[in-house]
Amino acid sequence: MQYDAGHYDVIVIGAGHAGCEAALAAARLGCKTLLITINLDMVAFMPCNPSIGGPAKGHVVREIDALGGEMGRNIDKTYIQMRMLNTGKGPAVHALRAQADKLMYSHQMKLTIERTPNLTLRQGMVEKLIVENGVCKGVETKTGAQYFSKTVVLTTGTYLRGKIIIGELQYESGPNNQQPSVNLSHNLRELGFELVRFKTGTPPRVLKESIDFSKMEIQPGDEQPKFFSYDTVEPPPGEQLPCWLTYTSSETHEIIQSNLHRSPMFSGAIEGTGARYCPSIEDKIVRFADKPKHQIFLEPEGRYTSEYYVQGLSTSMPEDVQLKILHSVPGLERAQMMRTGYAIEYDVIVPTQLKPSLETKLIEGLFTAGQLNGTSGYEEAGAQGIMAGINAARKVKGLEPVILKRSDGYIGVLIDDLVTKGTNEPYRLLTSRAEYRLLLRHDNADLRLTPIGYEIGLIPEERYQRFLHKKRMVEQELERLRTTKVRPEPHVQELLEQAGTVVLNNAVDALSLLRRPELTYEHIERICPSPYELTAEMKEQVEIQVKYSGYIEKQLQQVERLQKMESKKIPDDIVYEEIHGLSTEARQKLAKIRPLSIGQASRISGVSPADISILLVYIEQYHKVLAARGS
Amino acid sequence: MLADTIAAISTPLGEGGIAVIRVSGDEAVKRADSIYVGKHSLEEVPSHTVHYGHIVDPRSGERVEEVLVTVMRAPRSFTKEDVVEISCHGGLISVNKVLELLLLSGVRLAEPGEFTKRAFLNGRIDLTQAEAVIDLIRSKSDRAFSIALKQVEGRLSKKIRAMRQELVEVLAHIEVNIDYPEHDVEELTSAFIRDKSDAVIAQIDELLGSARQGKILREGIVTAIVGRPNVGKSSLLNELAQENRAIVTDIPGTTRDVIEEYVTVAGIPLKLLDTAGIRETSDLVEQIGVERSRMALAEADLILFVLNYGEELHDDDRQLLQQVKDRQTIVIVNKTDLPGKLDMSAITEMFPEERIVRMSIKEGKGMKELETAISGLFFSGEVESHDMTYISNVRHIALLEKAKQFLQDAIASVDAGIPIDIMQIDVRNAWEQLGEIIGDSAPDSLIDQIFSQFCLGK
Repeated sequence: MQYDAGHYDVIVIGAGHAGCEAALAAARLGCKTLLITINLDMVAFMPCNPSIGGPAKGHVVREIDALGGEMGRNIDKTYIQMRMLNTGKGPAVHALRAQADKLMYSHQMKLTIERTPNLTLRQGMVEKLIVENGVCKGVETKTGAQYFSKTVVLTTGTYLRGKIIIGELQYESGPNNQQPSVNLSHNLRELGFELVRFKTGTPPRVLKESIDFSKMEIQPGDEQPKFFSYDTVEPPPGEQLPCWLTYTSSETHEIIQSNLHRSPMFSGAIEGTGARYCPSIEDKIVRFADKPKHQIFLEPEGRYTSEYYVQGLSTSMPEDVQLKILHSVPGLERAQMMRTGYAIEYDVIVPTQLKPSLETKLIEGLFTAGQLNGTSGYEEAGAQGIMAGINAARKVKGLEPVILKRSDGYIGVLIDDLVTKGTNEPYRLLTSRAEYRLLLRHDNADLRLTPIGYEIGLIPEERYQRFLHKKRMVEQELERLRTTKVRPEPHVQELLEQAGTVVLNNAVDALSLLRRPELTYEHIERICPSPYELTAEMKEQVEIQVKYSGYIEKQLQQVERLQKMESKKIPDDIVYEEIHGLSTEARQKLAKIRPLSIGQASRISGVSPADISILLVYIEQYHKVLAARGS
Repeated sequence: MLADTIAAISTPLGEGGIAVIRVSGDEAVKRADSIYVGKHSLEEVPSHTVHYGHIVDPRSGERVEEVLVTVMRAPRSFTKEDVVEISCHGGLISVNKVLELLLLSGVRLAEPGEFTKRAFLNGRIDLTQAEAVIDLIRSKSDRAFSIALKQVEGRLSKKIRAMRQELVEVLAHIEVNIDYPEHDVEELTSAFIRDKSDAVIAQIDELLGSARQGKILREGIVTAIVGRPNVGKSSLLNELAQENRAIVTDIPGTTRDVIEEYVTVAGIPLKLLDTAGIRETSDLVEQIGVERSRMALAEADLILFVLNYGEELHDDDRQLLQQVKDRQTIVIVNKTDLPGKLDMSAITEMFPEERIVRMSIKEGKGMKELETAISGLFFSGEVESHDMTYISNVRHIALLEKAKQFLQDAIASVDAGIPIDIMQIDVRNAWEQLGEIIGDSAPDSLIDQIFSQFCLGK
């Protein structure tokens, strides 16, 4: 029995990491927003590893925060361990990683959503999109409720026609034995979308009291934890909890080898494409047979639970084999398995069907984000979520979409890769996917994105002023260093000698002194203290900008060159079939992807420089013809 | 790419003694000036003026070429950008050298049809010509593409691939250290990166420097025309030179007084050895002819072995044939207009049919077949040259030099204690430059390497 259940500006389907960001962004931008999800107890749930961040992923959380998103604040409130990784390397790859209290993370996000004005949270199973004349008008649930809206954001995660596989056992299910979303998948196919099957997996969970930690190596958090959010000022209450490191044994490998015939990975039961970077333990042992042992990390799932996540043992082996595998690992001999590991297959929308705004090309007003778009990871999902939410809201208001460039952030890299190149396995961000890695740092996410977040309307005035203050102070200090002369006075020479660098012959400016590899900002402070009140964050910014200026400058020049290509727009109504001279492959790819700019076009595989030249000539001709008609 | 500075040789190769290199773009004048020495700096001269001076290698200070330089500032130029035209007269080698220096200074080699494209995009060419511009780009690119494909076959590309593989393994290792910091993959040390960079630099140097390879890169396929007197060597030479409008340059050899000539056969540059010898000794006694042939043989990449169809096979012929049968040899059976006395079976036993060309130079028969045979040898990748045109040669040299420069930067970074992820930029650039030589710059292949080299995952 269908009934009219209400009218909204934006409807978001699915309250995972993408859906939460999308709904919050839309509501905060003033849109009347409905967030509808299968089970309200699963809001912002982490069905796999209880951690957020790490290289590239941590950068993304920082970027979400710099734009005005929630993920950074939420993990800062609920982490049980925080570590800065890669501190021995350059500043661009310093990466924050938190162990989350899984339950608290979910509760906290739910609470934030419940308390956000303009935002309605509703449990329900959406089975159908209401589409009229190629425009999405709303959604219909299993119970017959019809919700109407101007735009819809679809974030179904791994629920779409989800299927769990454990050894010989297979059953229809969403993650963690949730109800899968089956009819919506059929509906999407009927509407003309191309869907493919992806696969991911998760390891077993074990009871803390059954683990022998004495056989493992402790992995504590940082003593001085840093935060993801520029808003956070203090850590959550409570001691940080450690993780533990152990290894597989030769026995583990034997068990797996002798049970391979029962593995769905190798028996052909799994049809979905898995990710190379998230292999199951059986996969690792087959592909890297000469590696004698593999790392296993034991990670607490929260403060108020004894469940531990067994990182490194992702598997879809039969349950009895899983038990044997667990018990072959030093420290887990008596481990009590609380949840069984499984592989899950799900439907993914081929992401080249999307515009860079994340709106589908096929149906106007319909946006998709998260794992549905072929990515993997909470952070990647959240990043798409906030962009889809922003653009869905802007569409309601009749504004142009916001599209981040590859040089703006990892979010730009992620979305550009997805919509331009597509992906044939679950897509994970890596720092090596960013060509301007040195510019896309953890420390400067605010400098890159907060002005954009402010302009969109997600960054409140108070925070923006705080940001501007920081920016000004950094600039002032840089200017001071540039103009301050350091003379070869005895205390200076002594300090330089102590630091292991050559002494001065003549006076030099403080900036060049800071450029010396042996010296840090701390040294400069002792030589010529700043009159400004600088926070540690500001000092860090000054130091990085000075020390790596040569390299940063080089990358900025590359960005500028790229910028010319990006700003050359391709007309919406271009008909590639009419452009004579394009190679057949280029013509087909261009017609399918429909890139917005020459820059994006040049990143499509199979489009050669000659094709780009021809396209440029054609566009020029196109404009001239238009101009001639106009006159 | 839209407005960077580009250069190319704009006169047809192998036609006429003067070659013009055209440079266009915002930095055309600046870049040209950086390798030019004359009365005035080019940056100061008025537009549309011609200047006499020299092109100098800024690294060594060596004078490379005597030139006339024309400066035409935007918008009064063919492309409506700043344009510099450098007229050289010293033959292909020095023209290539000039182009090479320009590319090293940061100018990019123009894509096929790119000057015309820019002229169009900048409104210089009428709208009705757009289709023609597109046709030009397409046809030139297709040819360039087929050339590039052929080059991938050669030994050069094998070497480049090997070097890239070494670099990509280092890169993958660095990336794993960055993206999986807690993984039990050992941390790459700076010393390791330095050693690897050194090793690849040495290989690049070998490619750039080794006399034979270097010569091939710069000067085309070294070709010897051999055979006993009176078989028609000099007629063949004249025929090649005539048909292909050879550029004759007088380059005295360092050890012998040979004269070399350049011809382009089916688009393939051949450097003909000892052409003077062939001309001079055509009437002399056998002894000298054979001797000279042996000398030419020693350094040739391609051997054109000429026999007289009207004569029986001589002992000297048998001996020489035996000597060259495993080399890149084409046997030319000349004078097929005469009654056949030659024992063809002796030749067909030693050489496959596609390497044997029957000609009558006197009657003008067989030249096409010879061209086919040479290009067949080349296209199948058997001739150890990898460069169909001089332009791509210069491009390769410039890319190799740039790759080397990046690796030297990486080593400098190691010494300065620069963090590994920043050093990585230089190694990656070197890897990409080498990739451009063989037309492989797919960044995804690094990610593929990471996951095939290391066992990663949660």
